[in-house]
Amino acid sequence: MIVPVVFLVICVIGFFFSGLPLNFLFNEMVFRLSRNLILVMSLIIPVITGMGLNFGIVLGAMAGQIGLIIIMNYGIGGIGGFFLAILLSTPAAIFFGYLVGKVLNKAKGKEMITSMILGFFANGLYQLVFIVMAGSIIPFSNKNMLMSTGVGLRNTIDLNIIRKSLDGFLFKDMTIYPIATLIITALLFVALYFFLKTKLGQEMRAVGQNMHIASVSGINVDRTRIIAIIISTVLAAWGQIVYLQNMGTLNTYNNHEQVGLFAVASLLIGGASVDKASWKEALLGTFLFHLLFIISPLAGQNLMGNAQIGEYFRVFIAYGVIGLALLLHAWEKNKARTQLSDI
Amino acid sequence: MDLKKIYEKIGFPRLIIASFLIVLLITAAILNIPLSGIWQDIFTRFGMNAILVLAMVPSIQSGIGINFNLPLGVIFGLIGALVSIELGLSGLSSFLVALAVAVPLAIVAGYLYGLMLNKVKGQEMTVGNYVGFSVVSFMCIFWLVAPFRSPELTWAMGGTGLRVTLSMESSMGGLLDNFLAFRIGATKIPTGLLLTFAILATIVWIFSKSKKGTAMRVAGSSEAFATSNGVNVDKQRLLGIVLSTVLAAIGIIVYSQSFGFLQLYNAPLYVALPAAASILIGGASLKKAKILHVIIGTFLFQGLLVVALPVINIISEGSMAEIIRIIISNGIILYALTRKAGDAA
Repeated sequence: MIVPVVFLVICVIGFFFSGLPLNFLFNEMVFRLSRNLILVMSLIIPVITGMGLNFGIVLGAMAGQIGLIIIMNYGIGGIGGFFLAILLSTPAAIFFGYLVGKVLNKAKGKEMITSMILGFFANGLYQLVFIVMAGSIIPFSNKNMLMSTGVGLRNTIDLNIIRKSLDGFLFKDMTIYPIATLIITALLFVALYFFLKTKLGQEMRAVGQNMHIASVSGINVDRTRIIAIIISTVLAAWGQIVYLQNMGTLNTYNNHEQVGLFAVASLLIGGASVDKASWKEALLGTFLFHLLFIISPLAGQNLMGNAQIGEYFRVFIAYGVIGLALLLHAWEKNKARTQLSDI
Repeated sequence: MDLKKIYEKIGFPRLIIASFLIVLLITAAILNIPLSGIWQDIFTRFGMNAILVLAMVPSIQSGIGINFNLPLGVIFGLIGALVSIELGLSGLSSFLVALAVAVPLAIVAGYLYGLMLNKVKGQEMTVGNYVGFSVVSFMCIFWLVAPFRSPELTWAMGGTGLRVTLSMESSMGGLLDNFLAFRIGATKIPTGLLLTFAILATIVWIFSKSKKGTAMRVAGSSEAFATSNGVNVDKQRLLGIVLSTVLAAIGIIVYSQSFGFLQLYNAPLYVALPAAASILIGGASLKKAKILHVIIGTFLFQGLLVVALPVINIISEGSMAEIIRIIISNGIILYALTRKAGDAA
């Protein structure tokens, strides 16, 4: 529990220096939690299955964006458009997840670095499709989405037709808060909780604890690992759609890039490790990470007279937390191994 | 020798990339793109990048695998160059001062980093990657508050902190490129640049043949075997990573003087990926690397980038060359990571 406590202290100190009003902070946090929690949650299942932090959720985010690009092309907005995007992105995410799972099964023990490089690689293919092929090979009926040359999607696409479609669903007249989004997030968390109690969920735990023993006791390890990654990728796709309907604009070529980094850092700040994560860490970590995100530029401005310092500071925190968590985890594991061989 | 043996010797990735390069060269000739300029670019970019690729060799040989923490060495190389610009030096003296500042710092940093890596055996690449990213983002803050005062380095309009890109024109820009440079037709050969790489490559080669280097390679190939032969594995790994970090520091200084600019802030973030891709394209694996792999790999990878740009600009869109770079460099690393340990990429 030491990590979240340290960050809580940093946040409290930063809060005093930032001079932000409390109710602004509260509103901002509610929105940030509602749009980021599903993305962070998507990391839990691969951790439990022993595959470490799945930086491959970048591919899930891409699947979500593909769903959004399709509904934008046909101009289907509102809550209907939102659910259509979810529906369209799911098969894409299942397919991507299957491929990621296949690749990661070939790189056992190196899953994290492999999934990260896989994210970069997929980003290249994504750009190939949406910069080079969109408009030339893939027909687009909505010409507003294309660059003026008629080839390639614009850097930013205005998602006005589905902006806040889920956030405002049903409860729009009562409150400004994204009640519907929070309810769906909570439902997904409950579903995750019960999923881990099913036979498949228990098998994932078994694989996570020891692949060899799991395989001896009749569990198909490779298949279980692929399913874990598929679930993670699908959740990431949905999470990205929820995130973007709240933001209201799609940065076609940047939005997905940082997804892995920020989600992983959030989970780790909550006190999770490479082989242990649950909904508690996801919730706490997302809260602390985004609190830090809001206050650090202002605290940097007031403390050092330079807002840029705060900007860099939060990027440093994101990378530093991941680096430190991986370091400590590998260290512990190494110690355990040496002790065994000493006997 | 039958065809299959030759094919196995060359290897699938090299075959694909070499044929792709040849196709591009032929297309360039058909499209009337002046080849002399292309060759000059290939030689220059080879010289610029080869030392950074060479930095991968000791780390792979000592068993650490790809050194994703190349940015660590790069940072100290940048600091060395900054100090020499701050002192207002120019020409050879500025280059030597940059080295004199960078190398000791890189040795210390590499040593400390090596101590850390010895605690995380088996996870060096993942940990190294994120330690590298943290160091780069931490240094972003450092560049903002660093005590450099030379107007060449800081923002012109009274701002604090270093600029994002710094011109090296008045200090060591093009120093090595122009040293003993000569022309074959319209192609200028950057002799000094290639010579610098040749010297460093020879040193690394002689070292790996020496008794110390052999011990390092033994430690890298099998920990148990090395221990039973009285080789101190941890010490060899330290040696490998220190060498790699020092080469990275020298590499970025040589790179920057040829490029003409020093790139700070987020620029060092992704130096490790092209270098890793190059050596893997050259035929190295996560366990085995030779100087020859550096030369072949850097030549193929940089050649591809240089030739692809003008050709693709004519037949397709500008960003296509960058996309090809992303796909090839990450594709080859992915390919190596999913091989069984020891198989060549």
